[in-house]
Amino acid sequence: MNAAPVQRDVHAELKGVTRIYSAVPGAGAKLPVPALGPIDLDLVRGEFFAVVGPSGCGKSTFLEVLAGLQKPSAGSVSFEGKPVSGQVPEGIGVVFQEDASFPWLTVWDNVAFGLRRNGVAAPEMRRRVEDALAFMGLKDFARAFPSQLSGGMRQRVCIARTLVLQPRLILLDEPFGALDAQTRLLMGDEVLRLWRRTGATVLLITHALDEAAMLADRIGAMSARPGRFIEVIATGWPRERDSTIVGAAAFGEITGRLWERLRGESLKALGHSDVAALAAE
Amino acid sequence: MSTARRTADTLLLLAGLVVFWEILHRAAGETAMPAPLPTFAYLLHNLTTPRFIANLTTTGLELGYALLLAYGIGLAIGVWLGAHRLSGAVGEPILVSLYSLPKITLYPVVLLIFGLGISGKVAFGALHGVLPVALLTMGAIRAIPPVYLRAARALQLSPWQTITIVLLPAALPEVFTGLRIGFTVTLLGVLLGEMFASKEGLGAMIIDALQLVQGEEMMTVAIVLFAFAALANGLLFFVEHRLRRV
Repeated sequence: MNAAPVQRDVHAELKGVTRIYSAVPGAGAKLPVPALGPIDLDLVRGEFFAVVGPSGCGKSTFLEVLAGLQKPSAGSVSFEGKPVSGQVPEGIGVVFQEDASFPWLTVWDNVAFGLRRNGVAAPEMRRRVEDALAFMGLKDFARAFPSQLSGGMRQRVCIARTLVLQPRLILLDEPFGALDAQTRLLMGDEVLRLWRRTGATVLLITHALDEAAMLADRIGAMSARPGRFIEVIATGWPRERDSTIVGAAAFGEITGRLWERLRGESLKALGHSDVAALAAE
Repeated sequence: MSTARRTADTLLLLAGLVVFWEILHRAAGETAMPAPLPTFAYLLHNLTTPRFIANLTTTGLELGYALLLAYGIGLAIGVWLGAHRLSGAVGEPILVSLYSLPKITLYPVVLLIFGLGISGKVAFGALHGVLPVALLTMGAIRAIPPVYLRAARALQLSPWQTITIVLLPAALPEVFTGLRIGFTVTLLGVLLGEMFASKEGLGAMIIDALQLVQGEEMMTVAIVLFAFAALANGLLFFVEHRLRRV
């Protein structure tokens, strides 16, 4: 590869990535369904990147391809210079939209889950689990079972379970989608804290424009299906920031610009027959 | 609820049953329903006789074999139908219709295949138990949230680890419900088998007592079966409750 015009520390790279779901006989889809791409994107080491787009645009597919949970139909994905395909490489942590905490384990055992499998020594494991629990504000709930916790707390358990493995790239798939707006703002602060402390690269998938505008260094606005990046916006926030920036003038500008780019795409996502009528209004 | 409270409730329920029994005895007459006290006296006197113990052993043995078969075959079918979509789509309606069929109508066929000995009764018991075990195991596997599979892959588990430390514990509580219901209906099947084509076992004892109009013996067998079934069910329920963590 030729030298890039700008010197950047590329952490993960997607080149010409597409994902096409094959036709499923009897399931309505008679033709292959293009879900994603083509996508070209470099994630810079240590940055906070958010992806926003209308529902069903392929955001989650994008994350799963990047994580190695799905194989791209074309193109290539690499993480720290090594190709990603078919399995999740060491160093990538994923937090899902759905509650993925294991109900048969206590909060403590949920968080220790990955370490136990890796055969980490007991004292080291205890130290790391306690640390992750304290960081996520779960210290008092270590002995509780997930069924005794609220949705937001369970999502923290899932974040702690990923965090404890010390991932260098953290992928968050709408982790606060099911939470109310105030809790989401506070969870946003937690994610910023997590991002600063771990120094990891963070990629956040969200459908909330304000969430993306508040949290990210760069925001990728995704088109309706098949999802492509129609614009990547740099926010220029300082590294030390929190949810109070929703009051800043620049916050409104960024949110407004995102909506300007995404309004048409969101209409398309609602069904193309309505687009002409709505756009004419 | 505290243990003391639960024990008190159980005792209250048992006392209520005995009172109801006494009322039934007065309404239906001595022949149809002997009084509780003479029956308990009869029970204490006869429980340790060789005849009773032999019959108890026979039923216990038959139930043990039938459960082994019902659980083994039921779990295998359930896992297969739950994990393989096409097999599940084909198999589920068959299992459901078999489940709703009164299996006693198939008993002659079972007897013609397995004969009048212990194997016929074991087969009939297993026939009862296998269906709920298979159906509930299938349901348990289908009900595992798909996100657990993705989480397992994101945590870099091998396929074997995914099965043993994620899928198995995720499905276990509901599988256990199947085992509990399977236990109840397997016992039912074994007893039905003994009642209609057997000279041995507790089921046969009930029919013999009926023909000789020995109400106390009939009720004695009923009490033993009631106590055994309630205890086993309680134990399985306790394990299930612990597994559910709710």
